[in-house]
Amino acid sequence: MTVQANDPALSLNAGGGATFRPLLEWLARRAEPVVIGSAAILAGLMLFSLFILAIGKSPVALFQLMYTGGFGSWFSLQNSLSRAAPLLLTALCVALPARLGLVIIGGEGALVLGGVAAAAVAAPLTGFLPPYPALIVMAVASMIVGGIWIGAVGFLRHYRGVNETISSLLLAYIAIALMNQLVEGLLRDPASLNKPSTMPLPPGYMIGDIPGMDVHWGLVISIIACVGSWILIEMTSYGFAARMAGGNVRAAQIQGLPVGRLIVGFTAIAGTFAGLAGMLEVAAVQGSANGSIAAGYGYTGILVAFLARHNPLAIIPIAFLLGGLEASGGLIQRRMGLPDATVVALQGTLFIVILFCETFYGRFKVFNPDLWKRRT
Amino acid sequence: MDETNIGLWGVPLAILAGAIRVSTPFIFVSLGEAITERSGRINLGLEGTLVFGAMTAYAVAVLTGSPWLGVLAAMAAGAVFGLIHGFICRFPRVNDIAIGIAMMQFGLGFAFFLGKPFIQPSAPKLPSIPLGNWSSYPQVQAALNINVLFFIGFALSLFLFWAFRNTRPGLILRVVGDSTDAARAMGINPDRVRLLATALGGSLAAVGGAYLSLYYPGSWNEGISSGQGLMAVALVIFARWNPIHCFLAALLFGGTGALGPALKSVGVTQGYYLFYAAPYVLTLAILIATSSPHRALSGAPGALSLTK
Repeated sequence: MTVQANDPALSLNAGGGATFRPLLEWLARRAEPVVIGSAAILAGLMLFSLFILAIGKSPVALFQLMYTGGFGSWFSLQNSLSRAAPLLLTALCVALPARLGLVIIGGEGALVLGGVAAAAVAAPLTGFLPPYPALIVMAVASMIVGGIWIGAVGFLRHYRGVNETISSLLLAYIAIALMNQLVEGLLRDPASLNKPSTMPLPPGYMIGDIPGMDVHWGLVISIIACVGSWILIEMTSYGFAARMAGGNVRAAQIQGLPVGRLIVGFTAIAGTFAGLAGMLEVAAVQGSANGSIAAGYGYTGILVAFLARHNPLAIIPIAFLLGGLEASGGLIQRRMGLPDATVVALQGTLFIVILFCETFYGRFKVFNPDLWKRRT
Repeated sequence: MDETNIGLWGVPLAILAGAIRVSTPFIFVSLGEAITERSGRINLGLEGTLVFGAMTAYAVAVLTGSPWLGVLAAMAAGAVFGLIHGFICRFPRVNDIAIGIAMMQFGLGFAFFLGKPFIQPSAPKLPSIPLGNWSSYPQVQAALNINVLFFIGFALSLFLFWAFRNTRPGLILRVVGDSTDAARAMGINPDRVRLLATALGGSLAAVGGAYLSLYYPGSWNEGISSGQGLMAVALVIFARWNPIHCFLAALLFGGTGALGPALKSVGVTQGYYLFYAAPYVLTLAILIATSSPHRALSGAPGALSLTK
């Protein structure tokens, strides 16, 4: 996962006479992830088509249904967008630390605890605070809890040398157990008999839909978070320092960069996003914290982040695509009689092929203007 | 009847029984992961392999009527998963941890997809050995009714412990795991060794899955695994890449997993879910206590990206 050199100054120097050459070079560098990524997706789809053919079904019909179910109508588009919202945030939870070279896969834990924290502070607050301040307090509570949860992973990584992948995974399991304990015990609404839940939010306190759409405001918040993260990484000195530390920790330390603070800071920010995703699940979808908030968004977010190559802006379209893919699962099951796991199987196939294609980056001369023949 | 009521003695007995019953998949998955990690690669996709193995074993057992054929089929499927992982990871710039997560998704997806028709039929179970017939207590008899795979797992851990130290393949595996360059200098192809180690690890993980679907809990459904495959990665670190420690750690994980239900059965319901989290907390605590930012974990293979 190295950062591409996109410095426009480089391509200007290599200009060599022709006026459109800088533009061509800029295009070539930008084209690499697009071309390799698209080719990988195409290859993955073809592999999966072979499998579908082998079991005697039509891949064409399958992909048509996927399109119809995910993007074909206004209804399915809204469905896909709703599913994309939590994925945007959990993908950020993977992508931000990844720019520092950390593979954190426990966003699910921060999401779950963020949701519980939001529900826990909501119970006493909704009595005397109007909806907006109450929601803000809930969001802040969830972000603090999520930030501490993943920030701890970064802290342990830097100051104790604990592997961040394993510790974040363990913390995710611990978080889910904690949620079950709190939801079944201390925070349980006595009225929730079959499905233990916290006290439901009063109706006026739920996050509403974007006007004219059946999608809650969480989508807008999540997109803002993605854009903000992109600005943080690409346009600020903190982001530059983080990318440098991700490229080579030793070099960053020799330069005097505060690597420890960067790691803890970036992991904590990543955790606040996952925690916020939990709060949105509670305040915009479920209405209370219960077992349903551990729906695996944290794990699908890993997929989204890797497919986006940890670029926060690329996360937006990819989360939308994956949201659409998941939204089409029901339709595929009903129309083609395929199991609902078809979507998971396709995701797995795509994921493997796309990660495999990482190996092709930097191998094609066409994308690297430095290797082009100089015109004389 | 009074003699069937053993009161509070039920708690340690249930923990022992649980340790033996629940630990068997942990034993196989962790031994498999230990082999893979000893070769210097980490396979985070064993959860997918385990579930796919559970499905394969169950399906083949249903179709052929033989649970042992099911186990063999699961081993073959697990080896294929390992080969895919090992093959992809030999290419430069491919992240083995990310590929592991992808393989997990892949294994789960295809296991649920292909296993859909097998949720209904029931498969023959793997045999177990009743070692508790000396006791008149049914609880003791039930606790000591131990599956054959448990003993195989125990024997395998002893064998691997011996083989890592005393055999040529064991030595080659350790050289590759400790230093890719040293292995190359010796004329060993590290990629091939890692490919085989990952395949072997995958087939063992699939046996763990076969135990789940063919013995305990003994059915095939989408919730068959509670993360044993993922836990194995932590368990191997906990066990310091030592097969005998893997076996003991698996027993410990199984026992702590059984603690909550055992206490619930005698009326202690406080903190039920917290007991469930006990193995995870324990692993994390040990990781924190023994890790250091200045050196790799003791006993860790040198080429393992996990500890760098």
